[in-house]
Amino acid sequence: MSETETRLKALMLAGLAGDAAAYRTLLSELTPHLRAFFKRRLGNAADAEDLVQETLIAIHTKRATYDAALPFTAWLHAVARYKLIDHFRRSKIRRTLPLEEADSIFAEEDVESVSAKRDVEQLLATLPKAKSDLVRSVKIEGLSTAEAAERAGLSESGVKVGVHRALKALSAMIGQKP
Amino acid sequence: MKTDALIERLSEGAAPVHRRAALWSLALGLGAGCVASFALMDMWLGIRPDLMPAMHTGAYWMKFFYTLLFAAAGFWTLERLSRPGAPSKPQMVLEALPFAVLAAWAAMKMMMAPADARMPMLMGASHQVCPWRITILALPVFIGVFWGMRRLAPTRPVIAGAAAGLLAGAAGAFIYAFHCDENAAAFVALWYTVGIAMMGLLGALLGRFLLRW
Repeated sequence: MSETETRLKALMLAGLAGDAAAYRTLLSELTPHLRAFFKRRLGNAADAEDLVQETLIAIHTKRATYDAALPFTAWLHAVARYKLIDHFRRSKIRRTLPLEEADSIFAEEDVESVSAKRDVEQLLATLPKAKSDLVRSVKIEGLSTAEAAERAGLSESGVKVGVHRALKALSAMIGQKP
Repeated sequence: MKTDALIERLSEGAAPVHRRAALWSLALGLGAGCVASFALMDMWLGIRPDLMPAMHTGAYWMKFFYTLLFAAAGFWTLERLSRPGAPSKPQMVLEALPFAVLAAWAAMKMMMAPADARMPMLMGASHQVCPWRITILALPVFIGVFWGMRRLAPTRPVIAGAAAGLLAGAAGAFIYAFHCDENAAAFVALWYTVGIAMMGLLGALLGRFLLRW
């Protein structure tokens, strides 16, 4: 039997006997393990943290199902695995929403990005053309400073200063700090 | 909520848990269901009037022990399936054993009987009602056992649901045997088992939805 198993099992048994301090130690020790377990399988920190919490709650509410004759880590792993499968099942249901609903989700996203694009264009139009071209090539098209400098026929530091001033002017217009 | 705060709250509410709490939960559901089912049998069908003399026959005890052992193995299987990470294969094999023994015994009796007596042995006088009565008598047990198991943590809801259904079916059959006056092993091996299996199927179907946690 591994050292971890021995220590965790002792904490669990103490917790089941009503030792709140041992129980708190157990849950705190399990948390990083659970976090790593779920992160590795989900790759999404927020979902993983939700599952960590759900699993901690399940460990608590279902703690009577732990049989002291069996390894604690096997019980823990089965609980965490069940929560993971349950998560996949739920998210699959979410992904297979009826078509109309799926449409509206995409439509909403499109409307938002279209209106954001329009706002940016309106703001850029208030700048002198040379400045707005600089912002467009560096911040929207994603060119490097060197590429933008070549295109505009300026030095690199000229591009940097120009972009900086243009953004400052834009933020002043919409009342925000750059 | 922050995870640390959650741990704090959970460990504050950590009352001691009895070592056999999970077992009690299932036993309580099973017991209450059996009491209700027995009362239903007594009111609806009635205990067979010849119970006392019947208890001197092997046929009576054959039904008694078939259903009792089935239910006992079913209870043990269910207890294993209600605990995450607990192996349950040996218990499942054990649960199939009473049927295997009875079926072999029934087949032997059938082969020994004259050809024209075989069909009556298999069909008895009540095969049309027997499985249905067993399922109806199993329903209170089914409810009790599901209630007990929902408080536990079955990680395979469909299999656990099937096991709960089989246990309820076996308990319903055990109780039905107080009314039923069929004597042939072949009849019991077939029609009792059909009733029990129908409950297993119902349990598998409902387990998916009712045993989530």
